[in-house]
Amino acid sequence: MSSTVAHGFQYESASYQAQTAIAGMWLFLASEVMFFGPLILTWIFSRHWNPVGFDAGGRETDLSIGTLNTFVIVTSSCLYALGVQFIRQGNVRWMILCCSATLVLGLVFLALKFGVEWPEDIAHHLFPTAAHFKITGSTEGGARLFFIFYFVATALHGVHMVVGIGLLLWLIRRAGRGDFSSGYHTPVIVVGIYWSFVDVVWLTLYPLIYLIGRGP
Amino acid sequence: MSTTPADSVRISARAAAGSYLTDGVTLRSWLLTTDHKRIALLYLGSITVFFFIGGVAAALVRLNLVVPQGLLGSAESYNRLFTLHGVIMVWFFLVPAVPVTLGNFLVPLMLGARDLAFPRLNLFTWYLFIAGGAITLWALFVGGIDTGWTFYTPLSTMYSKGHVVMAAVGIFISGFASIATGVNFIVSIHRLRAPGLSWYRMPVFLWSIYSVSVLLVLATPVLAITLLLLAAERLFHIGVFDPAIGGDPLLFQHLFWFYSHPAVYIMILPGFGVVSEIIPTFSSKSLFGYKFIVWASISIAVISFFVWGHHMFVAGTSVYSAVLFSILSYLVAVPSAIKVFNWLGTMHKGFIRFDAPMLYALGFIGLFTIGGLTGLWVAALAADVHLTQTFFVVAHFHYIMVGGMVSAFFGGLHFWWPKITGRMYPEMWARIAALVMFIGFNFTFFPQFILGYLGMPRRSFSYLPEFQVLNVFSSAGASILAAAYLLPLAYLTWSLFHGERAPANPWGATGLEWQTASPPPTVNFVETPVVTCGPYAYPPPETVHQRNV
Repeated sequence: MSSTVAHGFQYESASYQAQTAIAGMWLFLASEVMFFGPLILTWIFSRHWNPVGFDAGGRETDLSIGTLNTFVIVTSSCLYALGVQFIRQGNVRWMILCCSATLVLGLVFLALKFGVEWPEDIAHHLFPTAAHFKITGSTEGGARLFFIFYFVATALHGVHMVVGIGLLLWLIRRAGRGDFSSGYHTPVIVVGIYWSFVDVVWLTLYPLIYLIGRGP
Repeated sequence: MSTTPADSVRISARAAAGSYLTDGVTLRSWLLTTDHKRIALLYLGSITVFFFIGGVAAALVRLNLVVPQGLLGSAESYNRLFTLHGVIMVWFFLVPAVPVTLGNFLVPLMLGARDLAFPRLNLFTWYLFIAGGAITLWALFVGGIDTGWTFYTPLSTMYSKGHVVMAAVGIFISGFASIATGVNFIVSIHRLRAPGLSWYRMPVFLWSIYSVSVLLVLATPVLAITLLLLAAERLFHIGVFDPAIGGDPLLFQHLFWFYSHPAVYIMILPGFGVVSEIIPTFSSKSLFGYKFIVWASISIAVISFFVWGHHMFVAGTSVYSAVLFSILSYLVAVPSAIKVFNWLGTMHKGFIRFDAPMLYALGFIGLFTIGGLTGLWVAALAADVHLTQTFFVVAHFHYIMVGGMVSAFFGGLHFWWPKITGRMYPEMWARIAALVMFIGFNFTFFPQFILGYLGMPRRSFSYLPEFQVLNVFSSAGASILAAAYLLPLAYLTWSLFHGERAPANPWGATGLEWQTASPPPTVNFVETPVVTCGPYAYPPPETVHQRNV
């Protein structure tokens, strides 16, 4: 590792500092697991007591957009991983390209989710507070409960995506200034870990939202 | 350490500039500092403000309870007062107090490091804390909240008046300060130990901070999501805790206590760490059973995640789960008791000096033991049915939190004050304050055990006339306690300007932080220290005896 890279005066070397930053991100993600974890546990717990209502709610979700978005977000992570490989070889241009593609796919995800799917759900009277909720009868309460989880979880996931997109913009800007090289690219790795985590959260939400209610 | 020549020049230039206190004197050099020692002082100032705001609320609560029908006029304002007291004291004093002040200051020093792993993140946490605190205070003063600090649903979501959402937002934000602080400490302890500082050579204070950090990182996010669901339910009047649509109000209590019971240990574990440093120093003796104390801290952190159900014995949970939680709660008493015995073992045959920090530490042991043992009463299923929601619980909690944690905080503050400020405080005044605090505390809270046992409910604006005598006792004690808290504020501030200059190691303590100057230079150690022995390498008492004869 090149010794010209500046590092904090509490560290022996730049590479030691880099590994420390990566450790910090993993620890933060442990905290994030304990943030989304209770939400998902609460979801499953509530579903356990209202299975029919949750199924009725789940069947009203837009499977095609959800599935398309799953492809979009997994592809974005894949491209990002490619970008990391490029910067490891010192190829800044292609790393910027990969990060930009990731960013565009992230925006596509957000546009589909909040520009198309949410308005559609709300137009179909699926917002939990809707006066004339689409699902009526004995399953109404459970279905409303399902949509509370749906909106809270997708909103929180969306906030994480927005933060991720901000981080991508920052990376692209720094890479453009020539901050990264094969020797120093810690922020690229750290943001990548975060982006993959947001991806994994979606992979957990996808079956909960779109698939389980459609089961036999 | 492989520092480049350029680094060495830079570092010795900064060291020559004097202490961290004089390295930059502008407001900007404080508000934009990344020096862990300066951030510790920023935090110290802020939590002192929160402590006195919470304290004033407590004083008013005690004032109200002097007469059975209540002095303050309305039950509503009383409810708002004790909520303000609880919210401020728990989240803006007790949870952060030791980690962000003493922890921030000492973790790098004890590690033999120049700073924490992420200095800018460290500063950012202070701004988060201040923002969260300001929002919460605003909510508490503008509208007030009458739910108590526990925010139980459906009162908090459907019926309560006031700014519940705003307060939740403030606590949510300051929670992220806690998480980031925890991440910073854990990573620093893993990555920045000086050469030779193996895990079992770390002082117990570092182990305590490590255990606390694990709790901060893993428990705080649970509170965050819980408050978020609570705020959503309050805003939309429909939510996951709402039984009308199939939600479960008990679920809130489960989630809340899944955070808040570990949070009790977040509050007390750093106190254990502080006391474990003070007692060997003022007994001139190695800490007895070092590894037991270390593993007791770790096991308290782990077990604390599995005892939350003991807050819900009368909430309608299953009897079988209640039995299980009762047993698990007894289990957590074991490591706590191990610590107490080891502190006593440390003092046994030691040369005990009764300096102010030691007085606080001794007070801590006594009060924590009473608090811990009465904890077993309320952890016992049958007894809890009688004692829950009475003043007994209030007394128990305050013995741990005020008797234990606040004593430890003051002990630590006095112990490391010479290191932090480079000044000695007036010893006689400090001893007087420690004694008055101990007396005032017992005066205030011991009557509450009796009141609770007799059945006086907590969180009640008025009470039966037969409870008045003990309540007057308690309120009188509270005024003594208040005076005892004002004393250090006065003489510590005085010492900043007129105190004697402190030597590097005024107490004859071991530990890396005492090897550098008081106050330390910005870089902490000009030469990175090399550790060759355990943390409490005091000479064996026998040799000290002979020397002194």
